[in-house]
Amino acid sequence: MSDATAPATGPAGVRVKKMSLLEQDDRTKRRNAAEKRFQFYGLTAITVGVLALAMLLISILSNGLSAFSQSFVTFEVTLTQEQIADAEASVVKTSKYSAIIKDNFQTALAAQGLADQVSVDDAMGLISKEAAAQLRNVATARMGDDEDVSRSFTFLTNGRIDGYYKGRVTMETAARDSNISPEQLQLADQLREAGLIEKRFNWGFMTMPDASGQRPEAAGLGVAILGSLYMMLVVLCLALPIGVAASIYLEEFAPKNWLTDIIEVNISNLAAVPSIVFGILGLAIFINFAGLPQSAPIVGGLVLTLMTLPTIIIATRASLKSVPPSIRSAALGLGASKMQSVFHHVLPLAAPGILTGTIIGLAQALGETAPLLLIGMVAFVREYPAGPPEGLFDPASALPVQVYNWTQRSDPAFFERASGAIIILLIFLLFMNALAIFLRRRFERRW
Amino acid sequence: MSLVKMTASALAITTLSATVATARDQVQVAGSSTVLPYASIVAEAFGENTDFPTPVVESGGSSAGLKRFCEGVGATTIDVANASRKIREKEVKACADAGVTDIIEVRIGYDGIVFASQTNGPEFTEFTAEQWYKALAAEHFIDGELVANAFTTWDQVDASLPAVDIQAFIPGTKHGTREVFEEKVILAGCEEGGFYQAMLDSGVDEDTAESKCMAIRSDGRSVDIDGDYTETLARIDANNNGLGVFGLAFYENNTDKLKVATMGGIAPSTETISSGEYPVSRPLYFYIKKAHIGVIPGLKEYAQFFVSDEIAGPDGPLSAYGLVADPELSATQSSVAEEQTMASGS
Repeated sequence: MSDATAPATGPAGVRVKKMSLLEQDDRTKRRNAAEKRFQFYGLTAITVGVLALAMLLISILSNGLSAFSQSFVTFEVTLTQEQIADAEASVVKTSKYSAIIKDNFQTALAAQGLADQVSVDDAMGLISKEAAAQLRNVATARMGDDEDVSRSFTFLTNGRIDGYYKGRVTMETAARDSNISPEQLQLADQLREAGLIEKRFNWGFMTMPDASGQRPEAAGLGVAILGSLYMMLVVLCLALPIGVAASIYLEEFAPKNWLTDIIEVNISNLAAVPSIVFGILGLAIFINFAGLPQSAPIVGGLVLTLMTLPTIIIATRASLKSVPPSIRSAALGLGASKMQSVFHHVLPLAAPGILTGTIIGLAQALGETAPLLLIGMVAFVREYPAGPPEGLFDPASALPVQVYNWTQRSDPAFFERASGAIIILLIFLLFMNALAIFLRRRFERRW
Repeated sequence: MSLVKMTASALAITTLSATVATARDQVQVAGSSTVLPYASIVAEAFGENTDFPTPVVESGGSSAGLKRFCEGVGATTIDVANASRKIREKEVKACADAGVTDIIEVRIGYDGIVFASQTNGPEFTEFTAEQWYKALAAEHFIDGELVANAFTTWDQVDASLPAVDIQAFIPGTKHGTREVFEEKVILAGCEEGGFYQAMLDSGVDEDTAESKCMAIRSDGRSVDIDGDYTETLARIDANNNGLGVFGLAFYENNTDKLKVATMGGIAPSTETISSGEYPVSRPLYFYIKKAHIGVIPGLKEYAQFFVSDEIAGPDGPLSAYGLVADPELSATQSSVAEEQTMASGS
């Protein structure tokens, strides 16, 4: 019995006294109260959700934004051809270059009148260990010239010095810290006043490869971003055509029988399979059986394709279903073949839904770490992969993998980097979702 | 549609062509998460100092690394397995069954295990193995009987310790560190205190006595940490009375947050560990597939670079990060140069 007739009749159908509509009886009050309560529950749920999101964003932003700026030290370095030849002849060439930087830095300090503040080795502790590699790159390029190299270099400062400018390291913690002393921090302060050390935006965070635990200041996302990009390329090129073809066949052409029913049920089930399972499958099929290389974006892309396919198929079928049958009937009635009606009329109308499904599937794949664990992509990779298509077979890592790796490192500076990497990942996801909305809006105008 | 067809077929072709050409030009390493920081420092320096590409280093644990190492020979398998313990007989056999017969064992140095707490926490400064055994054992052997561990605060264990609740964060069973902790701290403490002998005297056989000694209490006073040391640090940070088990390198990178306690009167440092005074340490290894030398470019060079004096020696970057240099490094260097494999069938 519908509620509309309720006020007129009592519980057992007995007529009750008619009341003013403005005066609410108990039952109406109860119903209104229930409605208010429900609205309150809904609001509470939304508030909790929004608060959680805000907390997450605030904590990530407050921890990670500092990863985008970095302090650098600039001074003059003179390098003779003999020094280059001598350094290149040793086993660990960078240690020779490090000694050269040490001498030159000492000269630069002496020019500022700061030479006797700390020992020579402690002064060198201000500069990142990456500096030697940076100098060697220039030196090897100039090797064989007759001229000596003499120019000003900008090196990264050590992670602890950088942490001092970001508030992570203070004089008190430095006193307890075996890696940095308060005297070194004082020297850094004086150098900053003298203009030798400056803090600025750090593009290197987005372009440089990962670095070992000894130089967190040099660690960047370059390889991870390339790896993720390559994987998304593979997923897009494989999952979209395969997924759309499969859905069109299932939706428009396939006969409805027990076989297609089984396939349909299985596709829905596949969408719920934990992603690590696809990793195991990828290891068995693509690496052990097909012999594809480990740690390569092609394998990661193939595994993520398997993972994304069900999502794309389900979204595509739903959007094909939502195209009114009258469109198909009209096309067929005007003499179009079944295929023409699908490709000329149904598919363009379903395109916004398909695109949304694909981009959401891609976004899901972008954030996935578990399947990559088994195919060797959760790794320390420092070489940039080559350009596609060969680069698809070179080792690379991925954005979420980099977050995972950095949270495990012992140096506290990596914590900031991990949050910074999360920010980049979120920006990518935001961009992809915005693209999905934009494309959908654009296509929808044709309706 | 033709564009889609083109890309799909182009990808299919590249996939196929790749299955034919499987040559790999960088060294692939996997294994122990304790060795990972050292291996990545070496990989980084190796890439910077040679013309070979930087090796790819994965972690995942000693056992997982050795398992993958033993999967077979060929470019799709790893070349080097890092391990925080010696390879087991069973693993050597598994390797041999898969065709990995010639394995070169390389010891890179020693790793110390330290006991640390919050800098502003209680005064945990001195420990003995016996105190740890008493605090963490599941059962104590008292008057010829095994009774459940009744200690709840450290001063009950030993009057010299602070009167705070026992709350220890120790590595979970999947870590190689746990094995060392049980053997060199808990079992050693059990023997030191004479509990082991007492059990033997009362007629318990050796194996049972040993496993009773090493059983850790599970009433919440000792918490297994299955993640890495950053998780242990987070737990210590949140728990004023907490005591954690860390690797020396991790502690040295976080001396501003942690204070370390001595073990048996010896403070952990690279010096005391290399001299053997500090009792809780263990060797670290990596294993190379001899069959891959000459096939994978840079493999032998990587191994030689790793154990060179400039890298693994007392003044090298690994030592600066917390690895205790091996006094017998020169022997290791020559065995790597000669590609000496482990004695087969031993």
